[in-house]
Amino acid sequence: MINLTGVPILSIVTFLPLAGALFIASLNREAAGNARWTALWVTLLTFAASLLIWINFDTGSSNFQFVETRNWLGGIKYKMGVDGISMLFVILTTFLMPICILASWESIDTRVREYMIAFLVLESLMIGVFCALDLVLFYLFFEAGLIPMFLIIGVWGGKRRVYASFKFFLYTLLGSVLMLLAIMAMYWQAGTTDIPTLLTTKFPPEMQKWLWLAFFASFAVKMPMWPVHTWLPDAHVEAPTGGSVILAAILLKMGGYGFLRFSLPMFPDASHYFAPLVFTLSVIAIIYTSLVALAQEDVKKLIAYSSVAHMGYVTLGIFTFTTQGIDGAIFQMLSHGIVSAALFLCVGVVYDRMHTREIAAYGGLAERMPVYAICLMVFTMANVGLPGTSGFVGEFLTLLGAFKVNTNVAAAATLGVILSAAYALYLYRRMIFGALEKASLKDILDLSPREIAILAPLVILTIFFGVYPAALLDVTALSVKKLVQNYEVAIKTAEVVVGR
Amino acid sequence: MIYTAIVFLPLLGALIAGLFGPWIGARASEIITTGVLLICAALSWVVFSDVGFSHHTAKVTVLRWISSGELDVAWALRIDTLTAVMLVVVTTVSSLVHLYSIGYMHEDDGRPRFFAYLSLFTFAMLMLVTADNLLQMLFGWEGVGLASYLLIGFWYKKPSANAAAIKAFVVNRVGDFGFALGIFGLFAALGSIGLDKIFADAPTLIGHKISIFGVNADMLTVLCLLLFMGAMGKSAQLGLHTWLPDAMEGPTPVSALIHAATMVTAGVFMVARLSPLFELSPDASRVVMYVGTATAFFAATVGLVQNDIKRVIAYSTCSQLGYMFAALGAGAYGAGIFHLFTHAFFKALLFLGAGSVIHAMHHEQDMRNMGGLAKKIPITFAMMTIGTLALTGLGIPHYFGFAGFHSKDAIIEAAFAAHTPYNIVFWTLVFAAFMTSFYSWRLVFMTFFQAPRWGEGHGHDHGHDGAAAHANDHAHGHGDHHHEPHESPQVMLIPLYVLALGSVAAGFVFAPYFIGHDYKEFWGKSLFEGEHNHVMHAMHELPEWVGFAPFVAMLAGLALAYLFYIKAPGLPAATARAFRPLYLFLLNKWYFDELYDAVFVKPAMWIGRALWKGGDGAIIDGTIDGTGATVLAGSNQAMKLQTGFVYHYAFAMLIGVAAILSYMIVQAGGFK
Repeated sequence: MINLTGVPILSIVTFLPLAGALFIASLNREAAGNARWTALWVTLLTFAASLLIWINFDTGSSNFQFVETRNWLGGIKYKMGVDGISMLFVILTTFLMPICILASWESIDTRVREYMIAFLVLESLMIGVFCALDLVLFYLFFEAGLIPMFLIIGVWGGKRRVYASFKFFLYTLLGSVLMLLAIMAMYWQAGTTDIPTLLTTKFPPEMQKWLWLAFFASFAVKMPMWPVHTWLPDAHVEAPTGGSVILAAILLKMGGYGFLRFSLPMFPDASHYFAPLVFTLSVIAIIYTSLVALAQEDVKKLIAYSSVAHMGYVTLGIFTFTTQGIDGAIFQMLSHGIVSAALFLCVGVVYDRMHTREIAAYGGLAERMPVYAICLMVFTMANVGLPGTSGFVGEFLTLLGAFKVNTNVAAAATLGVILSAAYALYLYRRMIFGALEKASLKDILDLSPREIAILAPLVILTIFFGVYPAALLDVTALSVKKLVQNYEVAIKTAEVVVGR
Repeated sequence: MIYTAIVFLPLLGALIAGLFGPWIGARASEIITTGVLLICAALSWVVFSDVGFSHHTAKVTVLRWISSGELDVAWALRIDTLTAVMLVVVTTVSSLVHLYSIGYMHEDDGRPRFFAYLSLFTFAMLMLVTADNLLQMLFGWEGVGLASYLLIGFWYKKPSANAAAIKAFVVNRVGDFGFALGIFGLFAALGSIGLDKIFADAPTLIGHKISIFGVNADMLTVLCLLLFMGAMGKSAQLGLHTWLPDAMEGPTPVSALIHAATMVTAGVFMVARLSPLFELSPDASRVVMYVGTATAFFAATVGLVQNDIKRVIAYSTCSQLGYMFAALGAGAYGAGIFHLFTHAFFKALLFLGAGSVIHAMHHEQDMRNMGGLAKKIPITFAMMTIGTLALTGLGIPHYFGFAGFHSKDAIIEAAFAAHTPYNIVFWTLVFAAFMTSFYSWRLVFMTFFQAPRWGEGHGHDHGHDGAAAHANDHAHGHGDHHHEPHESPQVMLIPLYVLALGSVAAGFVFAPYFIGHDYKEFWGKSLFEGEHNHVMHAMHELPEWVGFAPFVAMLAGLALAYLFYIKAPGLPAATARAFRPLYLFLLNKWYFDELYDAVFVKPAMWIGRALWKGGDGAIIDGTIDGTGATVLAGSNQAMKLQTGFVYHYAFAMLIGVAAILSYMIVQAGGFK
């Protein structure tokens, strides 16, 4: 145990990657190898530092911990802190980053320096999102994070990268502007942008609805929820593997995190009011995108659609306002962070060899790539939500929570377990099983040691969190309890007011 | 400790064979997994006598699992008589199948993988039967589903095997959809999914209503039926049965272990385990009985005309599972589980015997290409005959009977005692027993009697779906095509002897405990009977003729089969011609596959495509792209704008932050 009293650990973890990026920027232009190694060491160091947060985290408290406050611009403070919910997302980010760097080791061979800089900057901004305890600071991190992501897709992406990033841009712009307006309105109402203060501020119910919708516009695009999801398949398809991993594993989670951090606790009445809308969109997302996934011919698109379906469980769970639903939603996000990352990494493995994402170009890989087949089977089963894998826990808890609130919604959403099995196994069959007949595949090689080093931790965690999810659930328990209690109190008060 | 060992040792074996198979070699993988299972089987019998006769029940908590709010679920083992019976069935058959596979699979390159899957399956099945809460049961439930999927598709180069594997998984998922909803419902109603808590509190739900799927109905009935939906999937009951015959694509030892003796009985186990729940809902129990009866009838009719030796046995399994459900639905839980117990022996025997035939015939599965094998493979023939005698239930009331005689007749008697309108359940089951006898003896006669049809000319005329595997995966040294059928090696025959012993003795040895007058003492609290359930007593006090009815049906079936396939071999073809529509209807399995394909599979793909191209493409993206085009309309250099958007975006964001800042500064000034 290292005593962290007085150490600005959150700032260190947040800005360490940025410092690494600056260091790489100062390197010789030709030093591609140095850039890789520097990025790897910086991300590993950041991960190690973030583990100190977990080790020193007090699961017996639902308050924000490791809080740092500095005076900053005008009335805005630089304020950082984590609770049980945000801390795990910080860890998820720092854990996946070294994996992304390793995954890009050979596949990125142009502008390596810039690529690594973009990734490190992105890491700083993403960690910042989860640590920020000031609304403006949050907004800065939240929006700025998109810039390196745009660059990663736009510069290192596939053929239609411009279209893909353009689409993302259009989607995001509207949400951002609305959220910005909402932030201003909140400041106007509460006189502060301090998040812990805002969490105890009671906004008038009518105003809550407008604020909720504004935040919803931004978070729904990020999730993404149906029908504003169509940017995601295109972005994934065009992004390089590392970009897809970050996009699926971390950036999508910002929407869910936003709902939990802002929409639910700050606008409880509006959340209650709009819950049926969210339920409807979630159920549509689960069924609609699962059916669409069934028809896909491009591996990445299929996994992207599957992501949208899985995020449907997250929004469903959050807006049940039950402990199980919210626990499940958080778990689902963390699990999806691991599993979807792993699935995109698996696609990257064969893409690096064959340079095609077309499912039909594969078939019979089990014969030449048995280790790969096993890894992909584990992740496929986690994606399908097999009990014993991490994918099950989140789905189960969200549906359990949903059933308590609305049996029909839960029943409809549970149909997803049938559809996910169909599209995931159908994909696996087309790529891995069957006779290896295509001449182009005859000499394909199984996982390299580097690739095994990337995938092995993900296999282990997928199973570990499936067998012992308490490792994560214990961390979030008190924060979720507080969230649910505050919500229930707020709704009761509102009912009393209406009753009068 | 002993319980933990029984459950987790197979997992250890699976991990060793699965992860280190390539290094330690196939032989070591076989020996380790088989050895482990033999130990587990020995321990299970110890537990069985300890629990069944000395009534030492136990509970072992292994590890916390999921806790969220009031939900608190642990990995825990629950050992009572019902569990002990299942432990014995699972580990005994599994160890014998492991042993048998050493011989059966000896030419396959994927042996470490095969044995790893078998042991993994056994582990999952043991987790299922020892579950102390519904979630762990679901874990085992889906775990055996995974193992089944992997083993059906074991010969992964075969397209038909892959299709069958996916079908098995997805159809089971349809059942699991109900199972999951049932669990959610119980938790929503009772705040727990631990078995003890559910059993203790379930009576408080009597009279409650639940609203689901747009109907408002009795809560307990709805929940029981949802759970039963899971059982229907796993145990291949009418409607969700379509995956089981296709599952025969897997290697034959798999069919014996998973698709006959153990996994498919999980649904029966589940309903019996939840007897305290089903006893509270007479309506749900009736449904269980009728579905079981309908399945027993349906599958038997299809079994009459199939030509693939494994498919005949598969439909027989489906039908026998129907019997078990009929017993459970009638309230005769002990009889249902007794049939599960005896069925495991003789059905595993029949499948492994069929495997021996297939092995002897160099992977021929079509009975039309067999015949006259009794002289060539006499031991296999003797074993198959014992299995058939046990399945058809040969026995003389009050004196002696093979295993099936005791258990199946008990079910038929329970059906009579259950008092259905016109005794329809009773008569249907008797008629199904007649058909069972017919198709079972038809199998024996077509395979072992008649003139041989496997001489020259049939060498490559294997017009069935096993042909692909035959070429690629399971090559059997086909240098020339006129090979003689040969008896299997001892390693394959020993399991047959053990199972044959069970098929003869399991009935009369265990009947007094499972269904005798002191059955309640044997089962303890593991099976529950409501106050008004007297079926298990009533079935001992029936008119004399009721006990003879299945006996007569069995003899009639045997006689008819003898007439058709020995005495007048032209009759089957003539009959098929005379009743051609009926024959085709049965041969095509009542057209279930075609129906589902047209109603579910094709539309799902079609809708998926339509939503993708139409919904996402035309409507949503059309709108977005249109908006985009409008935005860009003013610029001739659209491309330039698009590539420069990042900076525009950053700029917009900075302006926004600047606006907030200035607003705040003004505000701050205002406060002064």
